Amino acid sequence: MSDFPFLSVLTVAPLVGALVVVLLPRTRPELAKQVAFGWSLLVLALSVVMWVTWQTGGDRFQFRESYPWIPNWGVNFTFAADGIALVMLMLIAVLVPLVILASWHDADKPSGAPTATDRQPGANRQEGPARAGILASSRRSVPVYFALLLVLECTMIGVFAAADVFLFYVFFEVMLVPMYFLIGSYGGHQRQYAAVKFFLYSLVGGLFMLAAVIGLWVVGGKTFDWQALSQVDISTGTERWLFLGFFLAFAIKAPFFPFHTWLPDAGGAAPAGAAALLVGVLDKVGTFGILRYCLPLFPDAAKQFAPWALALGVIGIVYAALLAVGQNDLKRLVSYTSIAHFGFIGVGIFAFTTQAGTGAVLYMVNHGLATGLLFLVVGMLIARRGSALISDFGGAGKLVPVLAGVLFFAGLASLALPGTAPFISEFLVLIGTFTVNKPVAVIATLGIILAAAYVLWMVQRTTQGTLNPALTEVDGMRRDLNLREKVVVAPLIVLLVLLGFYPKPVTDVINPAVQATMQDIDRTDPAPSVGTVQEASR
Amino acid sequence: MTELKLPSIDYAALAPTLIMLGAALLGVLVEAFVTRRHRHLTQLTLALLAVLAALTMVVLNADDRLITIGGAIAVDGPALFLQGAILVLAAIALLLIGERTVERGGAFVAQAAVTAESDDDRRQAEGSNGATEVYPLTTFAIGGMLIFVAANDLLTMFIALEVFSLPLYLLCALARRRRLLSQEAALKYFMLGAYASAFFLFGVALVYGFTAGMPGRPAGVDFATVNAAVTESPASPVLLFAGMAMLSIGLLFKAAAAPFHVWTPDVYQGAPTPVTGFMAACTKVAAFGALLRVFHVGFEGARWDFTPVLGVVAVLTMLVGAVLAVTQTDIKRLLAYSSIANAGYLLVGVLAPSAEGISGTMFYLVAYGFSVLAAFAVVTLVRDADGEATHLSRWAGLGRHSPFYAAVFTLILLAFAGIPLTSGFTSKFAVFGPALDGGQAWLVIAGVLTSMVLAFPYLRVVVMMWLSEPGDSTPTVTVPGGLTSAALMIGVAATLVLGVAPAPLLNLAAGAAEFVR
Repeated sequence: MSDFPFLSVLTVAPLVGALVVVLLPRTRPELAKQVAFGWSLLVLALSVVMWVTWQTGGDRFQFRESYPWIPNWGVNFTFAADGIALVMLMLIAVLVPLVILASWHDADKPSGAPTATDRQPGANRQEGPARAGILASSRRSVPVYFALLLVLECTMIGVFAAADVFLFYVFFEVMLVPMYFLIGSYGGHQRQYAAVKFFLYSLVGGLFMLAAVIGLWVVGGKTFDWQALSQVDISTGTERWLFLGFFLAFAIKAPFFPFHTWLPDAGGAAPAGAAALLVGVLDKVGTFGILRYCLPLFPDAAKQFAPWALALGVIGIVYAALLAVGQNDLKRLVSYTSIAHFGFIGVGIFAFTTQAGTGAVLYMVNHGLATGLLFLVVGMLIARRGSALISDFGGAGKLVPVLAGVLFFAGLASLALPGTAPFISEFLVLIGTFTVNKPVAVIATLGIILAAAYVLWMVQRTTQGTLNPALTEVDGMRRDLNLREKVVVAPLIVLLVLLGFYPKPVTDVINPAVQATMQDIDRTDPAPSVGTVQEASR
Repeated sequence: MTELKLPSIDYAALAPTLIMLGAALLGVLVEAFVTRRHRHLTQLTLALLAVLAALTMVVLNADDRLITIGGAIAVDGPALFLQGAILVLAAIALLLIGERTVERGGAFVAQAAVTAESDDDRRQAEGSNGATEVYPLTTFAIGGMLIFVAANDLLTMFIALEVFSLPLYLLCALARRRRLLSQEAALKYFMLGAYASAFFLFGVALVYGFTAGMPGRPAGVDFATVNAAVTESPASPVLLFAGMAMLSIGLLFKAAAAPFHVWTPDVYQGAPTPVTGFMAACTKVAAFGALLRVFHVGFEGARWDFTPVLGVVAVLTMLVGAVLAVTQTDIKRLLAYSSIANAGYLLVGVLAPSAEGISGTMFYLVAYGFSVLAAFAVVTLVRDADGEATHLSRWAGLGRHSPFYAAVFTLILLAFAGIPLTSGFTSKFAVFGPALDGGQAWLVIAGVLTSMVLAFPYLRVVVMMWLSEPGDSTPTVTVPGGLTSAALMIGVAATLVLGVAPAPLLNLAAGAAEFVR
């Protein structure tokens, strides 16, 4: 069974699905949704089979397949997954069907609620409130929305499954296109501005990476194969530049402070489902890229720049958390919380201990689940109220108790309450960091306190307290979660609790990959202080 | 009196050029003898058949590596590859030129002598059939380009330059609408072009003078002599540098490289759009083909001297093209500045000191030619009552009105922006890779930085088309006739195929990257 070309089939399948969805008759949008949903379940089933086939404790890279693509440049369709990629693939496969289900009616009605940004003066506005009427009348294609989601799934899977640097770059860049249209065509207000900002930021990072990719190809002897390249010895000066080229792209993608400014705009403007994928998966490409490319390929440079990266991570944790506290727009608030969480992941990666590294990868998964859930729930709330402003809510729990409860749970998971999955990852990151770098760990811990502040305050202002009388006049607010929405949130809640108590199946997969990555860093420098601490912590 | 001895002529090797020039002469006769009603069809068929025949001959000659007619023409890998490229792109351009259903009577003025803006002019604009002289003119231009990329000495190159430039000047003036703009463009192009040609000629003279300083060898302007002189001649290199600089000015003008680019936006905007497409695709191929030959064969020995200077020109070209593209509000001017920036990327490929650099540049030329022709094909379709609606604000909401053409144009713009899986990305890689390999990291970094700037204007058009609401003035897209559809589809298909599976063309280019000397 392990000879089955899992990864390429997994990559291509959603693309085929997207084609099918687009080719369906335009008059039957419901059919398009059902087909898209069914197709994403198919992908999920396939990845579950892959998860079962995975040999824990086997090779670092499994499911390897390779077909020639552009022999002139040594480019191959090489797919292979290590433990880190495998768990991310699972995350994608789980999230996409739920997102499709959650976005069932997103494309039906004209674009969404006014957001806080529209009321902020001077925020590069492209559409005034006066245009809202025109916007409301614009019709948007339902099948295309779901096709774009499937195309996005294809590129996301590809980016994690690629083991050829060129192929990785291709998916990395192409990923922008479906997301750009999801935000730009189906988003809320300021969607144009947000979409262009998202695209340009990512493209700038991508082009720096392109220069580094070409550089790596030249010094690596004209091959793009990851395994061959990881054996190449690069002179320190060159390595530093190449590292920076890759790191910049990933830091923008992740995003780390100070490259984060696009995320609140994009997250705030994107439709909730797309936002969940954007923050839940797309941004993980940045942290995944650092683990897969920056560290093993440029170990010396990685060690040199680690203090800087740690500093960026810590600043991100505190700064983004402070900004999150001050947000008055729900989706922007969630976006800022994510930036803080990415700070944690960054710290975990650059602490260079297996514990922190495992924590960081686990965090990537848990954050995808928790923030994905948070975004989806917030999206349900916004869809009911027709507004994303926190001040437009108040006491919503009295009208929609179940929804409020789920929001509360998602918030708690996102602030890493013990018993939910993110707690374990945050804890691992903090312990792992503490053993090597106490100041960083101590400051990072501040982030937990701030997280409690922004989450609890947000929950309090929206769902608790006295009922905002305006809410009762909104029809949507009288409907609590329907069956479809319950089906969306239930699996995520179950997973978050399950992994909160028993993360072993996931950590068993992650751990060897992280250990191997840590060994990659020490490969050319056998006795650094990091290594000894790592030994001690085992 | 010494007997004049004819040089041996390999007619088969010269066949593509001869076919094109012969067809052009035949076209002139067609003008005289065929009735007006049948002229258009006859001319178009003749031109297309000639291109096909020439292309067939190029394919049959594919293995030729020789120098013929007394050393004037070199038929080698790059020459054949570029001739093939010119012919294929010219065929697509001819389809656009021949289109007569998008606009009644075609894109060309019926009688160029009618005073612009007069009553007569308005009558002709309303639907008289366009002048059919454009076909012989185009065919002559193609013939000149074929010689240009195969010229083995500087004088032949100069003559070829004139042969393909003069028809282009004329073609620029023949737009059916906005004729003043078109005539202004033609005059500008002609004046500056003549000026650049003079520089080129002066450069040839100086280089000739330089080669005269070589002991034991006659002076000459064929590339073998120039090549030998550059490495061996004891003469002062001042003549060489001055000559090289002036030659470069002449060639860089045609290639639209900064600071010799100022004509480009005006001419691209004023010329009839099919001709703009033809210039953007084929003239670029010809100009860079000549640049490759001059610098990789003639002045190879002076690489260390010209690389920094041309490198600065390349960086300047990329910067000017990218930065000024951001401020454009007219789609044709935007594409013109984008074409300038692309000239910069191509120069990066020219400066890569290896066979990969040559093949990368050639690949880039073909890929870019297909995309740019498709882009201008779309431009010809977006129109209102006054002809093409080229102002960008008029494109707002096009995606709602005509999703198919907006999607096609988006794909082309993404290709220009260098997004993977389009030819724009593979071609950038094809020139940046060898450049970095050859130690020209600064050029690659400049290329990457300007690509970021350049992405913005492309993206703005995409936003215009898809994310803006259509206004009352959003023009409709005319349903294209068969010819434009064919041109558009070929261009788009090539943009995709060269992005997804570039290996065959890369192989072809790699196998053709060796000049004969």
